[in-house]
Amino acid sequence: MVVDLTQEQGADEDRADLVFNALSHRTRRDILRRSMDGELSVSSLARSYAMSFAAVQKHVAVLDRAGLVTKSRHGREQLVRTDMATVHAAQGLLDEFETVWRARIDRFTNVLTTPSEGATP
Amino acid sequence: MTVTAVDKDAEQLTISITTELDAPVTRAWVLWSDPRQLERWWGPPTYPATFVDHDLSLGGRCSYFMTGPDGDQPRGWWRIVAVDPPHRLEFENGFADEDGTPTTGAPVMRMRLDLHERTGGGTTMTIASRFASVGDMEQILEMGFAEGITEAVNQIEAILAG
Repeated sequence: MVVDLTQEQGADEDRADLVFNALSHRTRRDILRRSMDGELSVSSLARSYAMSFAAVQKHVAVLDRAGLVTKSRHGREQLVRTDMATVHAAQGLLDEFETVWRARIDRFTNVLTTPSEGATP
Repeated sequence: MTVTAVDKDAEQLTISITTELDAPVTRAWVLWSDPRQLERWWGPPTYPATFVDHDLSLGGRCSYFMTGPDGDQPRGWWRIVAVDPPHRLEFENGFADEDGTPTTGAPVMRMRLDLHERTGGGTTMTIASRFASVGDMEQILEMGFAEGITEAVNQIEAILAG
């Protein structure tokens, strides 16, 4: 049971590492943005960048391994689409810390308006 | 008490949050420098904090415990790495064992507080947190914060299941 839990957490962290690594490259973020509105072919993506088709294909593969895009095939074309659920999950951890700090900032109000006993001015 | 900016950087693993306080900088500083005031906001109402040691001088240490609804008492510490009252405070924040010593292998996050006078009165407060890894962020949320279980971890689990 304990072992299972640890393995699950390990899998979560592995997944998070893949996602954040994938997001750490400018071209890959750009591919994600372009593929949000619908499917784009790898060859049309490749025309947008000053790099080879193979290099763009490698970036797409990194995004695919992280689960950030899904790939499909249409004839000879390889199509890419952004998986929005994963993009949102990557932001989720930072969102949690934002929630924590917003709650603390709300509590500042109370402390500032009713100083505790012995408070220094 | 208005949050005016939130800057989250998923690549640098930083979050910075800026708020405007209707109090002068010297008063806002006391929110941090007076342990009795600090413990009124550091923990959520369900996990109030008690600061046992509180030394904001350079290299100084603070130690605290939080008391949960079931009587559980998670412990933590700060180590001051930069201080310039009443404008700036930078410290490491980590978890501690029952006797107050820093927990071996537990994640440590770095926090920086900046306070600036606003023209026309009041204070702009910026709090920045930096994490060493995504794994640390998840662990800190699981261990250290009682404001709800991390939605993000659940989302990642959903993705793994799906």
